[in-house]
Amino acid sequence: MTIESPYHWAPGYYPGDRPEIVTSRFKYDDGHTLERFLATGGYEGLKAALAKPPADVHAEVRSSTLLGRGGAGFPAGVKWGFTPEGVWPRYLVVNGDESEPGTYKDRLLMECDPHQLIEGCLIASYATGLSQCFLYVRGEMPLAHERIATALDEAYAAGYVGRNILGTDFGLDIVLHTGAGAYVVGEETALIESLEGERGMPRLKPPYFPASIGLYGQPTIVNNVETLSNLPFIAREGSAAYTAIGTESSPGTRMIAVSGHVRRPGVYEIVNGSTTFRDLILGDDFAQGIRDGNDLKAFVPGGGSAPWFLPDQLDIPFEGPQAGAAGSMLGSGAVMVMDSTTDIPAAALSLVRFYAHESCGKCVPCREGGTWLYRLVERIVAGHGTDADLQTILDVGQSICPGDMPHASSERLGLDAVPFPYKMTTICFVGPSAFVPIHSAMTLFPEEFAARVTTREPRRTIPVAIDTGSASEPVTAGAGQ
Amino acid sequence: MSRLNDHNVIVAKEIVARYPKKKSALIPLVHLGQQQNGYVTEEAMRHVAELIDVTPAEVYGTASFYEMFRFEPTGRYLVNICGTLSCALMGADSLMHHAEETLGVKAGSTTSDGLITLQHAECQAACTEAPTLQVNYRHRFRVTPESFDQLVDDLRAGRLDDEIPPHGTLGRNRQQIPADRAVGAEHPDDVTSGPAWIQVAPAEGATTR
Repeated sequence: MTIESPYHWAPGYYPGDRPEIVTSRFKYDDGHTLERFLATGGYEGLKAALAKPPADVHAEVRSSTLLGRGGAGFPAGVKWGFTPEGVWPRYLVVNGDESEPGTYKDRLLMECDPHQLIEGCLIASYATGLSQCFLYVRGEMPLAHERIATALDEAYAAGYVGRNILGTDFGLDIVLHTGAGAYVVGEETALIESLEGERGMPRLKPPYFPASIGLYGQPTIVNNVETLSNLPFIAREGSAAYTAIGTESSPGTRMIAVSGHVRRPGVYEIVNGSTTFRDLILGDDFAQGIRDGNDLKAFVPGGGSAPWFLPDQLDIPFEGPQAGAAGSMLGSGAVMVMDSTTDIPAAALSLVRFYAHESCGKCVPCREGGTWLYRLVERIVAGHGTDADLQTILDVGQSICPGDMPHASSERLGLDAVPFPYKMTTICFVGPSAFVPIHSAMTLFPEEFAARVTTREPRRTIPVAIDTGSASEPVTAGAGQ
Repeated sequence: MSRLNDHNVIVAKEIVARYPKKKSALIPLVHLGQQQNGYVTEEAMRHVAELIDVTPAEVYGTASFYEMFRFEPTGRYLVNICGTLSCALMGADSLMHHAEETLGVKAGSTTSDGLITLQHAECQAACTEAPTLQVNYRHRFRVTPESFDQLVDDLRAGRLDDEIPPHGTLGRNRQQIPADRAVGAEHPDDVTSGPAWIQVAPAEGATTR
């Protein structure tokens, strides 16, 4: 399937001849309406689910091995199972606060197919006995907000949401909630704090999962928009049809945004595991290579928080364990490509600034460390840095991520990969994420930093001339005092 | 003027009723105040505090955490230019310089006619369309100096009024939950048993009244 103009589609979305699990309605201008949704298999998954006992629906999702698409990649069915038995009420919180640099799949899913997301919320709530659903949408996405509000109104009026859904005793309210601009709220416990009307700061762990103690202290499932958007397919077609796509450890598809210095930046739904970064960045079906015939210099494989990859890593498939062993992660499905003209320290600065800016201030290593990293990198990029600043960056980084930092291998530098993940001294990933880009940049492109800084003069040596007639030995000032 | 007007009080009460606990409505209500006044006033925050039974300090304490809330008069149009990696790679810095020169203000300030506030922003979730900006959070893709100038002209001439509402308005529509269809939000302490469809299922361990 080829298209002439991307504007019949979601901006920047390119389908191609690949399975479409979540993007099947992107090809319609009116894919967000109930009419189009019902004409294309909409709410069939819900009907199939309601025909079965909730436990069977849960089992179906568990056997589909649907992995969370928010960044951590935890199996959704297993996460649902963490709710303690017999504790009521339970809530569903939909994480639509997408703001990871490079990522925009959830925005498209909310803007282009809001009913699919609503159907996913209904299936999840039915399967796990959730009595209310809060759809937390990032405040900076008014179009998503408008389309979801309209879709919910349509769904309430048509009997798909609310009391006695489709004549059964299943009932669910879905409340559209608006965020107000804070990256850290994408962390699930911060999301819950924000939904409770508090400052969006992540909660101390344990408990590790809000499934046990979440919204208002009750069991709460927090799922990403893309994760939930997969449920209608699984409920409709069955888990076997889902696991037939992709690989055993990561079945199904993923939405990946490829941006930066490529010929055709866009969002692609790819088959998990079998698609490599080479396909994605250089393939004709995807981003079609580097702009202006330039060479690839480096790329960020999984959103701004992920350690960088080099051309050496192009043949790694899009699969969590393999990216992890190679020193990075797949995160939220965002590839940012840098060509040979890229000023690496400046590129790192834009990400360090992002994470320093987005620190919520709860953990000291992130609040102070992020700010320090930003100031140091900014000074280096401005040309005022010294070689001592480079060491200070690593020292500050060690206070956020003690021990070995993951990084990619480089044949050019003779470097071996250090596998993901890192250790961290903060509650959430914002702190380490401020160090990751500058660490990757300094490790993989040391010469660009060396060229950017001035070498501070070593401690001054003062010849001490004691008039004994013998040759004086230079003594370091201050030595021995 | 600064407190929520009568219409918005009705809207606010509807919003509050959707949540099991009132304080959850804090952010939506502060948005409502910002929509009414163009920015978040102290009076509006006091009013929100009354509506959800918390102190004004709690409202300010939460609201001040979030970037979209502005506590001082803001231009009718808030222009946010993204500067995170993908946009930075595609020329966000020079776009910002151009914007500052065109508008005659530095990022973070408002033009003398009070129409446009220019800001540096972080990732706007449109990375493949870099460099991007948002006007009152409405995207503009692959912005060039020429298209930026055109945008400013259009804003000044009011040609985008249908598409871009004044600063503070997020969605131009609002979710309506019909009373006869709503399940209703109960305080969590008042819920002692599982939902009806779960109790029917033979799930062991589910408590029944």
